[in-house]
Amino acid sequence: MELQAVLMAAGGGSRMTDLTYNTPKAMLPVGNKPLMWYPLNLLERVGFEEVIVITTREVHKMMSSDSKIKLDVKMKLDVVCIQEDGDMGTADALRHIQERIKTDILVVSCDLITDVALHEVVDLFRAYNATLAMLMSKAHEFTETVPGQKGKKKTAEQRDFVGVDQSGKRLLFMANEADLEDGLSIRKSIVRKHPRMHIKTGLVDAHLYCLKKAVVDFLVDNKSISSIRGELVPYLVRKQFSKTTNSQKIKDDAEDQNQKKNDGPTNHELLISSRDEPLLQLAQERSCWNDHRGDMSEAYHGGKLRCYVHIMDEGPCYRVNTICREANFSKCYRYGIGVRLDTDGSDIGYYYYHYYYYYYYYYYYYNYSSLRRRFINYRDE
Amino acid sequence: MEGPGNKDVIERAKNDGRELTKEEKQRLRKEKKQQKKGKEKKDDKASQDGEKREKKPVSSASPAPQPATQPPTQKAPPAVPALVPVPASETPPPGDKPAKSKAELKAERRARQEAERASKQGKKGDVGGQQVAAGKPKAPPSELQPVVKRLPEYMQADNPEVLKKLAKKLERQQIPLRSDYGYKVSLFSHLHQYSRKAPLTQQLSIPSTVIHPAIVRLGLQYSQGIVAGSNARSVALLHAFKQVIRDYTTPPNEELSRDLVNKLKPYISFLNQCRPLSASMGNAIKYIKKEISNIPSQCKEEEAKSKLLTCIECYINEKIILAAKAIAKSSIEKISDGDVILVYGCSSLVNHILCEAFEKNRKFRVIVVDSRPRLEGREALRRLVQRGISCTYVLISAVSYILPEVSKVFLGAHALLANGYVMSRVGTSQIALVAKAFNVPVLVCCETYKFCERVQTDSFVSNELDDPDDLIVTRKGKTQLEHWQDVCLLGLLNLVYDVTPPDFVDLVITDLGMIPCTSVPVVLRVKNVDQ
Repeated sequence: MELQAVLMAAGGGSRMTDLTYNTPKAMLPVGNKPLMWYPLNLLERVGFEEVIVITTREVHKMMSSDSKIKLDVKMKLDVVCIQEDGDMGTADALRHIQERIKTDILVVSCDLITDVALHEVVDLFRAYNATLAMLMSKAHEFTETVPGQKGKKKTAEQRDFVGVDQSGKRLLFMANEADLEDGLSIRKSIVRKHPRMHIKTGLVDAHLYCLKKAVVDFLVDNKSISSIRGELVPYLVRKQFSKTTNSQKIKDDAEDQNQKKNDGPTNHELLISSRDEPLLQLAQERSCWNDHRGDMSEAYHGGKLRCYVHIMDEGPCYRVNTICREANFSKCYRYGIGVRLDTDGSDIGYYYYHYYYYYYYYYYYYNYSSLRRRFINYRDE
Repeated sequence: MEGPGNKDVIERAKNDGRELTKEEKQRLRKEKKQQKKGKEKKDDKASQDGEKREKKPVSSASPAPQPATQPPTQKAPPAVPALVPVPASETPPPGDKPAKSKAELKAERRARQEAERASKQGKKGDVGGQQVAAGKPKAPPSELQPVVKRLPEYMQADNPEVLKKLAKKLERQQIPLRSDYGYKVSLFSHLHQYSRKAPLTQQLSIPSTVIHPAIVRLGLQYSQGIVAGSNARSVALLHAFKQVIRDYTTPPNEELSRDLVNKLKPYISFLNQCRPLSASMGNAIKYIKKEISNIPSQCKEEEAKSKLLTCIECYINEKIILAAKAIAKSSIEKISDGDVILVYGCSSLVNHILCEAFEKNRKFRVIVVDSRPRLEGREALRRLVQRGISCTYVLISAVSYILPEVSKVFLGAHALLANGYVMSRVGTSQIALVAKAFNVPVLVCCETYKFCERVQTDSFVSNELDDPDDLIVTRKGKTQLEHWQDVCLLGLLNLVYDVTPPDFVDLVITDLGMIPCTSVPVVLRVKNVDQ
C-alpha cells in the first residue's frame, strides 16, 4: 500500500468558540454537510479506500448518527477516539496511532475545504523521494467582516514566512513571525546552495502533509514534538540543511539558542535508508539530471532529507478556523447552486439568531453574488 | 512444427529482401497461439480443413486458390491482430522437392493466413468481395493491410485501429491511456507525443492499488526526466522490480513462474505509457522474464524470490558495473597523453571512462559539445570539472569550428542495432559525420546489454518525440513561441534519438573487447547461443 490517510478531527476550534461551544468543530454544518465531510469527500474522490479518523468520542457519536457521513462516505473509516482535554497535539495523536501506521501517511485536517488536484502534492512526494510534501495556497481576500469583531484583519503576528527555491517547489525556509523577534535570519548554508530564494508571506497553509513513515518512527522516539504544523514541519525544513553528522555545533548556524535543544535528537532516523539504497544511489549517479545548476554539487546537493511544497494559484482552498471564515463559507453554500434556503437556513439561522447575528442574513444577501462566483464548482446534492 | 514453419517465413522474407527479427518470429508464434485459443469449433474446423488442404498442394507446385474459397463457407478463427503479414510473393520455390512435410506445413500456414484475411474481410462486411480478394493472393494489399510486416504499436500513433486496440488492452490492464499533445509534424505523426505537464498519475487513484507504488514512482520519474540516460533507467527499473518481487505473494492455485510474469505485464505497459522503453530496459525485462519462467515449480516462494533478487543484482553487477570497468580499462589504452577528446551530451559511460583515465594520470583535455533543448552537456561538464579535468564547452553549432583541434571523439550509445548502426542522442550522427570529414577517429562506447536486434537505417521510423514545449525559451522577458498551438501548420519537433551509420564509426568499445561496428550481429549471435 502506498499511502495511508489520517484525518485529524479532534481540534477544538479555539478561535471560534462562539460556534463550537455546542457542537464540536468537526461537525459544524457548512452548507448542509458537516465540516468533516469535505476532506473525506476529497480523499474519496481521489481514490482512497480507508481513512484513519482521529477524533473525540462526542464527534464519533455524532458521526454515527449523521446521515450525510453514513450514506455519502463510502470509504472505511477507522475511528480512533482520544481524550478531549486539548493537551494532545497533532503530532501526539500520530504517536498515539503509531502501530496502525504501516506506510507513508497523508495527514489532513478536518477543517480543509478544497478541490486541489491531490496528485500534484503526492507527485512531488513520489518523484523527488521527499520526506515531506505539503500544500499551500495563495490567500484569498475576504470581503466580509464578522459582526461582533470590529473589522479585525489578520494581525501581523500571524504571518508565515515561507521560503521556496526558484522552481517554486522546494521548501527552504519556514517561520512564523512570532518566532522571529530580531529579524529574519537565513543560514549561509542555505544561501550557498540556493542563491535565489523567494520568500512569500501571503500563503495559507492547508495543513495537508505527506510524510514518510520514518518521520512517524522519529516522532515516537522524540516525545517533545507535539504539533505537526507548529514544530515538526519547521524542524524538518531546518534539518534539510544541517550537517548529517551527530555534531550539533554548526559554525554558520545563525539560529537562536533555544532551537538547539530541538536539534538535539540526531537525525539519522530521518535519513531514510531504504533497502537497496546503493542501487538508488547508482541510478541517481548515472542519471544525467540535476535539480539545480551553477555549482559543483550533485543532485539535491547530496542531501537525503527534502521538503517540497505545492502552491495552489487558483481554485478554492479554505481552512475554516475562525468565525469570519466560517461565516463566509456557510453563506456561500447556502446561496450556492441548487440549495434550498429554508432547510439549511434554519439551521445556520439558529446559531446566528441565538447569538444575535440574525441581521447577518440580510447583510450577506447583497454580497452573495460576489462570493458565488468563487464557489461555482461546489454543488450540493 | 514450429521450426519448419518459421523457416518458411524466413524464406519468404528472404525473397522480400528483408531481415526477420526475433520479435517478428515471436509475434508469428503468438499469432498461432491466438488462433488456437479461439473458439474450438472453428479451430477444429480450420485444422480439419487444413489437413484436407495440405494434401492437395503437395501434388501441385503452385498455390491453389481452393484454400481461399473454403474460408467464406466456414467461420474462420477470430480475433487475429490487425496486420497480418501479407505474403508478397505467394509462389513457393518451384523446386520444392526436399520434404513433403515442409510443403504441407507451408501450405497449411498459407491456408490459415488466407483464412485469417478472409475472416477479417468478412468482419468488415465484405462477403462478396472475399472470394475475389482472396482469390488473388498477389492482390495489392488493402489500406488496413500494409505491405510491411507487423509494426510495434508504439510506432503507429496515427492508425486509429491500433489506437483502439491499445486502448482496449490498457483498459483490460486498468492502466490509463495517455493522450497525445499538440500538432505533430507530419513526418513523425506515427509516433506518440506527450506533454510533461499532464502526467499519467492524474488519472490514477492516489494510493495506487492496481500498479505497485514503486512502479508509479518510477514512471513519474521517467516522465519528468529525473531518471534519464540508458544505464540509469535500467538500474532504476531493476530496483523497482526488486521491490515488486519482494512485495509479491503467490495467489493460491497459481504458480509463481507464470503469475509473476503476468503481474509484470501491466507494469511494463504503464512504464511504456510514461516513456517509451529503451533498448537496454527491453533487454533487462527479457532477462527477468526468462529468469522467472525458469524457476522450477517445486521451488518454495521465499526461495524463489531470493533467487530472483540475487539474479537481478548479478545482472546489474555484471552488465553495468563490471562492464563499465572493463570498457574503461580498454579505453584507457586508446587515450594517450596530450589528447584532445570530444564528447557529446552526458553519457554516464564516457564520463566514467574519462574520470578513470584522469585518475590513471593521463594528460588530456576534453571538449564538451552540447545541444538544446536538453543541454545535458552542462551536467557532463560539471562532473568532469569536479574531478579536475580541464574542459571546453561549445554548442553543437560550433563543432566544425572546434574539430581541427580534436584528436579523438568518444560517443556514448543508447543502443547498437543489428546492422551496425548506433542509436544515440539526437546530434550524435552530426558529430560523427563532421568528425569523419575531418578524419578524426570516432569511438563509440557501449555495453553489450544495450545491443538490440532491431534494424534501422534512418531516424524516422522508430524514434521518440519529447515534449514540444521544451523548445520554447524566454529571452529578455519575451517568449516568441508561447502560442505556437494557435498557429496552424506550425509544429514543434523535439526528437530524442538518431542513428549513426557504421561508416562513420571507427571502433566500438564493449566489455567483450574492441570490435568494428559491423561485428554487432556476431556478438548478438554469440549472446543468443549462450542463453
